[in-house]
Order: sequence, then structure tokens, then C-alpha cells
Amino acid sequence: MTHAAVAHHTSMGLDSRKMAFWTFIGSECLLFGTLISTYLIYKGKSVVGPYPHEILNIPFTSVSTFDLLLSSLVMVLALAAVQRGDMKWAKIWLLSTALLGLVFLGGQVIEFTEFVHKGLTLQTNLFGCTFFVLTGTHGAHVAVGVLWLLTLWVRAVQGKLGPANAMTVEITGLYWHFVDVVWIVIFTVVYLIQ
Amino acid sequence: MLRSRWWLTSAALALLGCGGPFPQSTLAPRSDFARATDVLFRDIFWWAAAVFVVVELLLIIALVRFRHREGRAAPRPAHGHTILEIAWTLAPAVILVFVAVPTVRTIFTTAGEDIPPNALKVEVVGHQWWWEYKYPDLGIATANEMHVPVGKPVQVAITSADVIHSFWAPVLGGKRDAIPGHVNYIAFSADSVGDYSGQCAEFCGASHGNMRLRVLVDRDSAFQAWVDEQKGGPAAPPKASLAEQGKAVFSRSACIGCHTIQGVSPGIIGPNLTHVGSRITVAAGLFPNDSAHLASWIADAPSLKPGVLMTRMKPPLTDADIAALVAYLGSLK
Amino acid sequence: MSRASAPAALAAPAAVGLKAWLTTTDHKRIGLLYFWTAFGFFLIGGIEALMIRAQLAQPNGHLVSAETYNQLFTMHGTTMVFLALMPLSAAFFNYIIPLQIGARDVAFPRLNAFSYWVFLLGGLFLNASWLTGPLFHAGMLNVAPDGGWFGYANLTERQFSPGPNIDFWLLGLQILGIASLAAGFNFIVTILNLRAPGMKMMRLPTFTWMTLVTQFLIITAFPVITVALVFLMFDRFFGTHFYVHEAGATPLLWQHLFWLFGHPEVYILILPAMGIVSEVLPTFSRKPLFGYPVVVYSGILIGFMGWGVWSHHMFAVGLGPIADSVFAATTMLIAVPTGVKIFNWIATLWGGDIHGTTALHFAVGFIAMFIIGGLSGVTHASPPADLQQTDTYYVVAHIHYVLFGGTIMGLFAGMYYWWPKMTGRLLSEPLGKLHFWLQFVGMNLAFFPMHFIGLLGMPRRIYTYGPELGVSDLNLVSTVGAFLIGLSILVFVFNMWRTSRHGQRASNDPWRGATLEWSIPSPPPVYNFSVIPTVTGRLPRWHTERHPAIQDPPAVPPAPIHVPGGSWWPMVAALGLPIMALSALTHTLWIVFVGVAVLLFGIYRWAFEPFEV
Repeated sequence: MTHAAVAHHTSMGLDSRKMAFWTFIGSECLLFGTLISTYLIYKGKSVVGPYPHEILNIPFTSVSTFDLLLSSLVMVLALAAVQRGDMKWAKIWLLSTALLGLVFLGGQVIEFTEFVHKGLTLQTNLFGCTFFVLTGTHGAHVAVGVLWLLTLWVRAVQGKLGPANAMTVEITGLYWHFVDVVWIVIFTVVYLIQ
Repeated sequence: MLRSRWWLTSAALALLGCGGPFPQSTLAPRSDFARATDVLFRDIFWWAAAVFVVVELLLIIALVRFRHREGRAAPRPAHGHTILEIAWTLAPAVILVFVAVPTVRTIFTTAGEDIPPNALKVEVVGHQWWWEYKYPDLGIATANEMHVPVGKPVQVAITSADVIHSFWAPVLGGKRDAIPGHVNYIAFSADSVGDYSGQCAEFCGASHGNMRLRVLVDRDSAFQAWVDEQKGGPAAPPKASLAEQGKAVFSRSACIGCHTIQGVSPGIIGPNLTHVGSRITVAAGLFPNDSAHLASWIADAPSLKPGVLMTRMKPPLTDADIAALVAYLGSLK
Repeated sequence: MSRASAPAALAAPAAVGLKAWLTTTDHKRIGLLYFWTAFGFFLIGGIEALMIRAQLAQPNGHLVSAETYNQLFTMHGTTMVFLALMPLSAAFFNYIIPLQIGARDVAFPRLNAFSYWVFLLGGLFLNASWLTGPLFHAGMLNVAPDGGWFGYANLTERQFSPGPNIDFWLLGLQILGIASLAAGFNFIVTILNLRAPGMKMMRLPTFTWMTLVTQFLIITAFPVITVALVFLMFDRFFGTHFYVHEAGATPLLWQHLFWLFGHPEVYILILPAMGIVSEVLPTFSRKPLFGYPVVVYSGILIGFMGWGVWSHHMFAVGLGPIADSVFAATTMLIAVPTGVKIFNWIATLWGGDIHGTTALHFAVGFIAMFIIGGLSGVTHASPPADLQQTDTYYVVAHIHYVLFGGTIMGLFAGMYYWWPKMTGRLLSEPLGKLHFWLQFVGMNLAFFPMHFIGLLGMPRRIYTYGPELGVSDLNLVSTVGAFLIGLSILVFVFNMWRTSRHGQRASNDPWRGATLEWSIPSPPPVYNFSVIPTVTGRLPRWHTERHPAIQDPPAVPPAPIHVPGGSWWPMVAALGLPIMALSALTHTLWIVFVGVAVLLFGIYRWAFEPFEV
């Protein structure tokens, strides 16, 4: 995150770190694609309940989804602030993104606890194991993102973040938006289409 | 032309294998299923052999003709040749059509699910490390050695009770996997009487290599006799014989927990022993079914077949008990 | 961190000693580290193979127990694929790619070092299983993975494999996967973004092109097996039922996921070697690669089509006639771009001025052996025929013709070709030819009989067989061949050792090569190119009808060249991974937090240390 401020000349005209990140996202698409495919393959094959329609709380999860979408918007604002050198607002927006991410994670915790009380665990049935591994992997990605954002916020507070590091913040944004898009797909496939 | 090519490959085989017999050879088919796949293989093989000869020859000619010689002029740089590229892209594609068409046809004719109504149905359940056979229409249950009538359609329905296995009697045809929760089918009609050996062909743990099987193709009358024998209960051992003592040993030992002998014990973890005396082999095709081998097997199965669930008895059986058991089991024809 | 300009005679890098090697971020040093580590694992995998062949030399053999045998073939396959062939290719990716594209290093040197350390630690973790039996209340040689390199569920579930064997396997592979993924990202960016001026994509050396395709395959295929392994790990540790049919699942999910990875994996294994052959042949025929665009496009096509054939590994599982037909068709189709490459290679030799160096011998050996392996592959493509071939020694013959006769011969071609560049000395040609012929004869003796052994009804993965099968003599011949291969490797080891002592010193360009790596000293200075060249064609160092040869860079750089220093943090971060794996292995939760802490600590120090590329 403290690479040379001046980007080196590159053959494709794209910053190498950004290019690397896009290839990473391509790889992650395969990761989540496999998890989602497994969910779909095993959909309807659980031998015992609870079943999705008995457990999933669409209104609650819609709020979670909105929260994550909002966090992506706030991330865009954070990047814009960094790019124009407005570090006061950069700190506010970065911290807000992280907090909104934490709210999402909190919502997952509440939701999962509720499911366990209703009898759905990892071990209960195929719905349980595919659902929890899929959303758990996504949640882990959100957690890593929150950690990443908080790190950037601390650097900003320390005065070590500025327009010269805008690329770093842009890549953070890419990651965060990707995690958000994955959630949209999961929400659609798991919650909305039953 | 087909027959001469058949003889050619068999001759080559004989040379390399230094003679036979080859009881599990895939190149000596004895059923319609086996013959269909064998014809297909030989077709593809000869195409492959032709391509092999042509291409390797071109390679060798290039190496010999264009090897470095002193004073040779610098080679003309040839960057490519469109027509040549098209030609050697199309030619293999065309050859593959000749492979693909009979392939797809044979896939459908050997799928094994469509069978005539009078077909004999046999259910195969793979276990670690033995084969369970049930004849649902005949009310028979046996293990490891399957009897079928010659010249009649047979459908084998294959599944597993534990891990993935694969049922394979090469002379009678290809294999299909035994997968827990799934059923796979092999449909065949054997064309000669004989005793065909096979074995599990999907790695299934410690004794995968010891999970053998036999398919005995009988004349109609012999098959019927076998069916009648299997349908009957176990032979009652003569009074005051060693075999009767063996039955007593059996009934008070752990044997009853794993093995079924009709009317004597209900265990389903190991093979059905109601007619074990009539089998050619024991321990899933590993040993001949004689007193010596049976005695060693009962005394210490895991030493002969690693990992087998049939552990040594605790406390161990005495030699006298084992001899009695062997006599009893041998009487169960 | 600038360096003074280096005198022309300075061939050795400035930093020496253990610390220099542990903290290196120089692609050349990392390449050498990969090479020696991978070669070591190759020898281990080879010994495992010799033990397998010794056991099978006679019917009813009892040199090793059934359990040990199952561990041997599992570890042989896993070691050769993940710890030998892939990293040997990676050795060349690391050393040669930046040289071929005219770059000073890869895009992310510390990530590169991270990949190496993760590979080393993963390989050690996996092989520790051979020795750690007593720690698990078992004998030595008892807890190595024993479920096959393909680890089919549900045999690998806790119920049927209660010990730690499969845990070693699935944890080790997940660690290794991270190494490959990181390297994948690194090389894609390197090849796309760090090319010298004028090096358009269709002017890239073929080895670089095939490497690029390989890296895309890695970053897309490895996530799939990662998920499959995670599912297995959850089944074994947390009681889930991803592969348990009683819960409504199917063990076939494992097979689909594994082969969705597994088939691209075999192209990952072969494409780099094909790239090497495509470099060696033109150099020693003194004429350009015939049909370069076609060779490149067919490589790209193979990369894409490789995703559509996976179920040809599953023709016996009962997919149904329609699925069988589709996969038969796609499998036959992929033979077309593969065949095209072979014809282009022969056309390269044709009309050339062929110099029979050892490298050329191995490249030609690749072609000759790959033809056989490819053709037996076509026989597999027909499902009904395959029902007799699959899971028998016929398949073992096929895979060894393509992976040993193919990949390994290609890798040896690369070794003899690039040894002077990497070490500054030329391997002995007479010893090299001896190595080649012993290996060529040995491999054919070892693997050709396996076609027949399989067709005569011997399944694979069995620790012994009965004499009544009639395959005893063929098995003995195969064993003799295997030991002959072992002998050939000893010759190669002797050649390496002798070369290090008395080997002829190499000039910049002992082979009159066309590509950029031959324009700089052997071995190159730490900054590679004193001046980054500008290229105008695909064969920069040859004078062609389209362009003159470029001037090699001057011996002394005109201005000081900045070279980044080393870093400890990639290795520290890498250490976090096996620590996390240890937690699972020992069913001790708190250890995972230590591992995560080490990983995060390493990553943070790495992210915030001053490091200028």
C-alpha cells in the first residue's frame, strides 16, 4: 500500500495492482460460482427440514441487503473524497463504510442465531450445510473487507493516507463492490427465488 | 477383414503376454455387450495405429533427412502455410467423425436400461470388500459368485452399501460403478458357458485389490438346478456329525451377528452363507473353497484381507471349533 | 536502494548467504529455489514409484502392506502433480518469463516469494505425514494420505477414513492451492503489463504464451477444487453432509467438482512443456516455429475447450447416454487443436538444419511420446470402449505417456536448454544423451506394457494381483523399465553435480537463440537488462526477412538501475498457513488463531514496509 506514487509505465496502460485485483476477482467469481452452483444442485434435496420457506426472513434480510448497498454508495463517496484530497470526509466515509459492513455482519449473526434456534444448523440437512457455507464464506469476505477499511481509516487518521494512495482506496472499493454484487446474487438465488 | 485384424491383435498380444490364458481379458468377449464394445475399440484402435504410423514416420523422416550436415545452406524460414494448416485440422476432424458415429450408436445400444420383459434381473450391492447378489424375481440371495443362464438377457442393477465400487467381469463386458444412493445398469447376454472372473475396479479402501468376483454362465438346466438349490433352505447336517457340532459353534459365536444362514442367523453385514458350501471360492474370490483356506480365513481373516470387518474372535476359536465350523459350512451346499 | 552500475564480468548477484536467500524477491533466485525444491520432491515421488513397481514386479507381492501401498500410490500421484511437475514448470515461469518479455522482474516480487514459501511449506506439510504416525497413535508410515490423489468421496469421509491421512491431504492441497493462485495473478499481470516496448502479444515467445494460458487455467480451476476440499473438510470436521447420500447428497458431486478442476489441471501440466518444445525446436532447427499463430491459438483454444470435457473421467458412473455422448464429442474435438500442434512441430523440423543437442532430443522425445499418449486418449474418448479401459492399467499407460513422456521430457528439454542461462554452465552433452536414451528406453519399457496389462484385466490401485491373470511377466518388464528410469535420473543428477564443478562456462547465447533471454549474460545480472530492449518482431535476435536482429543490451548499464531489496514478510505470512492447518489436524481450536495472527502480522508488515519495485 506504500508503493511508488508514480505508476510505472505498463504495456496495457493499466496500473498493475488494479489489473492483479481484477484477475483476483475473476478467480473469486469461480469460487462463489461453485458455492452457488452447489446450493442450486442440492436445492430441494434435503431429506429433513427445516426448509427454506419455513426459515428465511425476507423482510429482515432485505434490510441487510439495503445496508450493504448503502455501504457501497458510501465507499464511492470515500474514494471521491480521497481523490480530491478531502481527508476529513474521506475518514468519515471510510469509517461509515466499515460500520455499515459491521451492521451487515451483525444482521447475519442475528439471522443465523435465529435459524439455529429454529433447528437449522450446518449439520441438520443439505439446506443447512449449503446455506451456511455459502453465506459464511461471503460473511468472511465482508469481515476481511471491514478489517481492510478500518486499516485504511487508521492510516487516514494517522495522516498517512492521501490522494497519492487513491489507487489503494480504489482497489479497496473494487473489493467492497464485488462483495456487494456477490451478495445481490446470493440474496436473489437463495432468498428471492425459492 | 474384421476377423483378420482380430487375429492380428490377438497374436500381438500373445507374443507380448507370452501366452495365456487371460481370464480377465477385455479382448476375448463372450457376451453381446462385450462384443459391441470390443468391435468399437478395435475400430478406433486401427485408426489410432494408422495415425501413429504416419505421424511417427513423418517425425523420423524429418529428423533423418534434415539433420545438420557441414556446409548445408541456411534453411528457408517457413512461417506457415494456410492450406496445410487447414488440411491437418480437417483430416483429424474427419477421422474423429468415423470414431464418433459408431461411438454414439453404441452408447445408446449398451446403456443397459432398456431390457426385454423376460430378462433375468440381478441386484448387485457392493460392500467393503465383497459382492452381494439378489435375484428379486426368484427370491434368492447370495454373494460373490453370480450364476446366469447362457444366451438369455440379463440385467444387473448395481449399487453400493458403503463407498463407491465398480462391478467388472471383463470377458462379459465393461464396468459400471456401484455408487451409494444410485443404481447403474449393465444389460448383457452371455454367449458361452463358462466361469468368468472379475474384480472391483474402483478404489474402495484397504482391500480394494482383494474384492474379486465370479460370474458363472450355466446351461439352462444347470442354472435351473442352481436356482432350485438356492431357493431351498440350508442342508441339515447329519446327526452327531462334525458338521452338526459346527452348527452349534456357529450359533453361539459372533458369526450370527454378521451372516445370514436361513433359519439359523439373520446377520446382514457379511455375505449370505446359506449355500456357501456350493461356492468355488471364499473371501470374495480370493481363495479356493477348501477346508484349509476356510480354516485360515475363520481363524484370522484380517491377516489375509487387510481391513476386513471380520476380525478374529475374542476369545479366539479353538482348532476343534474351527474344524467343526469348516465341516458345517462345507455341508451347506 | 539504488545499485551502482555492475561491471560486465559480475555474473553473481551481490547478496550472498542464507538471509539473502530467505528474503529474496528476485525472480531468478526464486526460480532456482522452485527448481531445487521441486526436483527434491520429484525424487521422492520417484522413490514412491519404484516401491510401487517393486511390489508389483511379482504376483502376490508382499514387499509392502496393502495400507502402505495405498499411501504410496496416493503420495506418488499427489507429489508428482502438485509438488514436482507444477513447481518445475513454475521454476521456468519464474526464471525465464521476465527475461523473455524484457522485464526486470515480475509484477509483484514479494508475492512471488510468498508463492514459493507457501509451496515449500505445503509440500513439507503433506510429506510430514510419512513420519508423524506416532503423533497420532499409529505406526510410522501409517498416516500418509491413502485415498488416491483424486480422493473420491465417500471413501474419504470420516466414517470410512477415520485417521488423519485424508486431513493431511485436504489441508496440504489447500495450502498449495494458495501458492498457485498467488503465482497465477502475478504472472498474468507480468505477461500482460511488463512487456518491453514493441513486444506485442503476437510477438511473445511461445513459452510465454502457453504460460499465460496456463495461469488463466490455474486461477479459474483452483477455486473449484478449493470449494470441493472445503466441503470435504466440513464433512470430516463439522459433520456436514455434502457428499453423504443418506442426507440427499451424492458422492458424485465430489467427482464433478474434482474433475472440473482436474481436467484443466492436466492442461496446466502439459501446456508449459508444449511451450518449451515450441522454443527448443526452432532454435535447433535454425528456422522459425511453423505456424506460430496457429500454435498460439490452438493453445488458447485448448484452454477454453478443456473446461468442456471433465466428465470423460466419469464414463463409468452412469451419467446417461446423452451426457456420455456430449462429453465423448467434446473430448474428441479437443484432439484437433492438440494434433495441430504436433503437425506444426514436425513442420518446424522439416526443411531445417537440425542440431541434435540433448535439449532437442528431449523435445523430439516429447513429440514421439505425446503422440502415443494422445492416441490412447482418443481411445478413451469413446465411452463404451472406455468402460473396459477406465480404472485399469491402460489408463495408467495413457497418463504416464502424456505426463512422463510429455511433461517431464518437455521439462528436461527446458533444463538442458536453459541450464546455461540459469547457472552459467553447460550441462555435459554426452551425459545428457546417455540420460535421454536411458530414460526413453526405460519409460517405454515401464509404460508400454501397461496398455496390455490393462486390456488383460488388471485394475489400477490394487496392491497385488494373482498369477492367474497372466500379467506377471508384463509387470516384471514394467518394473525393470521403472528402475531404468531411476538410473537415468541418477545420470542426470551426476551431470548436474559434475557441471557445477567442471562444467563448460556458457556465453550469453550458446545456442544462437532467437528470444531475448539470450541477449544477456549467463547467468544474468540482478537487473537482467542493462537497457530494456525495443523489439520489432517475434524473433528479435535473429536476422529475418522482416527485420534485422536487435542489438544486445550493453554490458554496462548507462545509468544506475534500482533493484528492490529483499523482504522477510512473505515468508512470515506464509508460515501462518501451515499453522492454521495444524489446528485442524490436531483438532485444537486455539492454534488457528495463532496461525491467523501470524498471517495477518506478515501481511501488515508486508503492506506497510517501504518497497519500491
